[in-house]
Amino acid sequence: MKFVKHSFLFSSLLLFLSGCSALPVLDPKGPVGEAQKDLIFWSIFLMLFVVMVVFVLFTIILVRYRERPGYDSHEPEEMEGNKWLELIWTGIPIIIVILLAVPTVRTIYQLEEPPQSTRDKEPLVIHATSANWKWFFSYPEQDIETVNYLHIPEDQPILFKLTSADSMAALWIPQLGGQEYNMAGMMTEIYLQADEPGVYDGRNANFTGEGFTEHTFKVYAQEEDEFDAWVEETRQEAPKLTQDKYDELLLPGHVETQAYSSTHLEYVNHAMDAEYTLKAYERQGYDPEKEGSH
Amino acid sequence: MGHAHSVNPNKPLEYQTEKNQMNILGFWIFLGAEIALFGTLFVAYFVLTGRIADGPGPKELFAIKDVLIETFILLTSSFTCGLAIHEMRRGNKKGLMTWLLFTLMLGLGFLYFEVMEFIHYVHEGASIQTSAYWSSFFTLLGTHGAHVALGVGWMTFILIQLARRGLNATTARKAFIISLYWHFLDVVWIFIFTGVYLTGMVM
Amino acid sequence: MAWDEFFVTGDPLIFGAQISIVLTIIGIVFVLTKYQKWTWLWKEWLTTVDHKKLGVMYIISAVLMLFRGGVDALLMRVQLTMPNAEFLDSTHYQEIFTTHGTIMIIFMAMPFLIGIMNIVVPLQIGARDVAFPFLNAVSFWTFFMGAMLFNISFVIGGSPSAGWTSYVPLAGDELSAGIGQNYYLLGLQISGIGTLLTGINFLVTILKMRAPGMTLMRMPMFTWSTAITCILIIFAFPVLTVALAMMTFDRLFGAHFFTLMDGGMPMLWANLFWIWGHPEVYIVIIPAFGIFSEVISTFSRKNLFGYKAMVYSMVVIAFLSFIVWVHHFFTMGAEASVNSFFSITTMAISIPTGVKIFNWLFTMYKGRIKINTAMLWALAFIPNFVIGGVTGVMLSMAAADYQYHNTYFLVSHFHYVLISGTVFACFAGLYYWYPKVFGHKLNEKLGKISFWLFVVGFNVCFFPMYFLGFAGMPRRVHTYTEESGWFDLNVVASIGALLMALGFMVFVYSIYYSIRYAERLTTGDPWDGRTLEWSTPSPVPYYNFAKVPEVHGLDPYWEMKKQGEAEFDVNQVELEPIHMPDNSAVPFIMSILFFIAGFGLVFEWMWMGIIGGIGVLITMIVRSFDPDEGYHVEVDEIKEIERKARRKEA
Repeated sequence: MKFVKHSFLFSSLLLFLSGCSALPVLDPKGPVGEAQKDLIFWSIFLMLFVVMVVFVLFTIILVRYRERPGYDSHEPEEMEGNKWLELIWTGIPIIIVILLAVPTVRTIYQLEEPPQSTRDKEPLVIHATSANWKWFFSYPEQDIETVNYLHIPEDQPILFKLTSADSMAALWIPQLGGQEYNMAGMMTEIYLQADEPGVYDGRNANFTGEGFTEHTFKVYAQEEDEFDAWVEETRQEAPKLTQDKYDELLLPGHVETQAYSSTHLEYVNHAMDAEYTLKAYERQGYDPEKEGSH
Repeated sequence: MGHAHSVNPNKPLEYQTEKNQMNILGFWIFLGAEIALFGTLFVAYFVLTGRIADGPGPKELFAIKDVLIETFILLTSSFTCGLAIHEMRRGNKKGLMTWLLFTLMLGLGFLYFEVMEFIHYVHEGASIQTSAYWSSFFTLLGTHGAHVALGVGWMTFILIQLARRGLNATTARKAFIISLYWHFLDVVWIFIFTGVYLTGMVM
Repeated sequence: MAWDEFFVTGDPLIFGAQISIVLTIIGIVFVLTKYQKWTWLWKEWLTTVDHKKLGVMYIISAVLMLFRGGVDALLMRVQLTMPNAEFLDSTHYQEIFTTHGTIMIIFMAMPFLIGIMNIVVPLQIGARDVAFPFLNAVSFWTFFMGAMLFNISFVIGGSPSAGWTSYVPLAGDELSAGIGQNYYLLGLQISGIGTLLTGINFLVTILKMRAPGMTLMRMPMFTWSTAITCILIIFAFPVLTVALAMMTFDRLFGAHFFTLMDGGMPMLWANLFWIWGHPEVYIVIIPAFGIFSEVISTFSRKNLFGYKAMVYSMVVIAFLSFIVWVHHFFTMGAEASVNSFFSITTMAISIPTGVKIFNWLFTMYKGRIKINTAMLWALAFIPNFVIGGVTGVMLSMAAADYQYHNTYFLVSHFHYVLISGTVFACFAGLYYWYPKVFGHKLNEKLGKISFWLFVVGFNVCFFPMYFLGFAGMPRRVHTYTEESGWFDLNVVASIGALLMALGFMVFVYSIYYSIRYAERLTTGDPWDGRTLEWSTPSPVPYYNFAKVPEVHGLDPYWEMKKQGEAEFDVNQVELEPIHMPDNSAVPFIMSILFFIAGFGLVFEWMWMGIIGGIGVLITMIVRSFDPDEGYHVEVDEIKEIERKARRKEA
């Protein structure tokens, strides 16, 4: 068994080192994800030390003191315990916990602020609203809104203001950084930033029922002038988002990507009004009670 | 169970057998769980305070006169319940039963006024369906009221057993346990009175 | 309601399950009638208040639930191995992971451990039963009926599908109108009654019924772990009771605790759920620690290293378990100070846990480690649990948790701790104490085969999931695209799951095989045990101890054997008549009435709920008037039983 486990661990480690590109969480493209990756590697390093100590002790004790031919009549002595040993294995874990707690707390506070590297830039505010099972991204300053896809400028902090129209979701773009919940009637905030242009996967990570699996979106990180051009184009060419259209979009289901040259924030901010969606259902003649039973 | 039948005559009647001691300890622990239960209800109540949606708030509705009557009745019932146990300790079965009967009647009186109070609120447009605040109000108060109602029923059956079987270690233990229960409900009510009604009137 | 809405129809898998349920029921009725076993069933099992029999019924139910939860798990693995085959649709997949989680925690892990407590604790402390044998039966039957109510959901009316955490508003009737969620609420509520009563019952038992001389600091470690678990139950379960009641009121009576409308607060549910939920995790892990302590000490032929540290560390863990609940939702946007606080309290749990690991290692140090199936499970626990533990520490770092949360990294972590902690302990405990109850050992060869299949399968199944987490795979998705790159590791995981299933099958077969063929024991002490349960004959007479032993230190039976005082001669000792409680049908009937009330409320048939509720009250009144005086076993009868039980020892 030991052999099986060790060779397995070893091969996983190989997979781990060689396959980082396939592991988006460990291949971040922005300062938030970078900070989290550093924390993760630091903890893996310390934890591997703990695992090593225990495994080595475990193996030595098992090999040395297992009952076997030639070691089957030894009558062990009783031991009460040992003050010094017990102090050691209380003390060392305390030190390890401190070594982990300090960078953890520092990172928790750090992630509340826009990233250091782009401190001089004003963050771009995007309202990310989840509704079963789609994403609305509203750019209040640009007065545009997209559904199920997101454009952001690179090298600029993005301040996401998260809320949900109905069930609790979580905005997660693994390569840019960790997730945060979207909750109806609540507003949560998270800073993310892309350091290089590219297309990243984003999704809802928190279970929201039937259509949860496909509750995803793409993130297009662009150079600043490209982003500005995209904004301008959307403002010129996309239709306005009417309230009736928005209400219709709120009905549970999946929709294609789309863009509008106005935002739903003029009708409702779900962070302030948890009831809007249920009232919209009524206006649209949708009865969850009938649809819900299958 | 081996030692359950050893009897120690130097202790009060309800503590004389080991079985009784275990039952009473078990009931104390149960009351510990009840504290956790009511504690959670109180936390929910305080968290949801102010979330009255478009409905009425507590200040407009609270029928403080009813509440004062309820408080008075319940506090008195705790006192009569204490007297009942006092009589039991003196070995006076009749005194025990009389005071328990008083307690029971007061309990019924409390329930009458509480039901009236609730009906009043519902007429004024505040039911469990009105808003988060009223949901938590009715659940907290209703849980306490249901406990009182259960206690009234329980006490009835203990009275019947006392009448039929007389005062012995078993019936004494049962009377003692319901007195613990009854005092506990009184303590909960004091928290409700200050935490719900007085605070609600002030805020 | 039309019949096709009442029964779940249209799915071949469920149709197959319905047919097999009907066939099983017919089969059971047939066998019981043919062999005229109805009276036996009623007298020996359904109305029993004997802690050992209740323990056996707990464990049988738990193994059945392990089977059900395991089938759920395999169905999920099949779906994830063939992500494009539409083997399960999204709703069906969600129902399955919901029932899998709920059943494994509430109806498998907890009852399994409570079953072992039932069998072992009174024997370890030298008691003849628990403090309240009648209540003990109520505990079992309410658990059982609650579990049945939850389990029928998939054939009648539809399963819950909002996850075992049932986060609102998804689980509220504004968004999930079906009745599945009602099953969750009422099944858990009814079985929760039983759990709370168990907590009270065993705490009083341990506080008041220990043999003379057994001070608190001379109690066996499993008894200590049970006492601490009871305290956790007593303070945690009322929180669940209230939270479930609130959601029930929301769904049935239009209340607004957790709704989107009229001021409800969904976050309150998450908080209440985890204020119960985190202690619940320790309710299923602390008894496991107790079991491992007993097994490791016995098979190392040494006393437990650092007994006091073991006790204090459990107390610290239990205390900390009440102040870490926020780590289940670091991503809810709490302030940095809040997340920092809960990060540190969570990490702090690793300190007492580490102390325990090293104490177990040093219990084996300089011992003579006998490796049999029970010990193998305990040995496998140490490295595997450490892997689960260190990844738990990684998860406790809030800033990093934003990346782990809701992913397979988390899924892997809690399976590593719950399986290598709780499930391994259940197997270790079962192999260890089985001979005490049945008078024969479980087959070692089959036991080892099942052990290796299960443990290797477990690692093959769950270790890759850490990497699936890094690969960005969220939990609870029922399919994925090819570009995601998650396919290979999922296939590996499924192979592991298959090995675990094989291990389980060998385990079940080993029970059957051992019942038929195992050599009957001639001693009550097959492992050269250290604690009082081994001083009784196996199977244990229904009154446990003919004479209650006196205790002078830790590991009392070991000491007795060393002093040469372990021989028990019925003719030498002075016996007294033993008082025993009567059987009662009330717990069984009461629980059926609970079931009826619960079933009525699930379908919102209030009349049925009220009838069931009134029925429950009537059974309580019946109980109150029952004098319940019990009976005495006379000295001659004790001597006769003891002679028979011990004759084979001579």
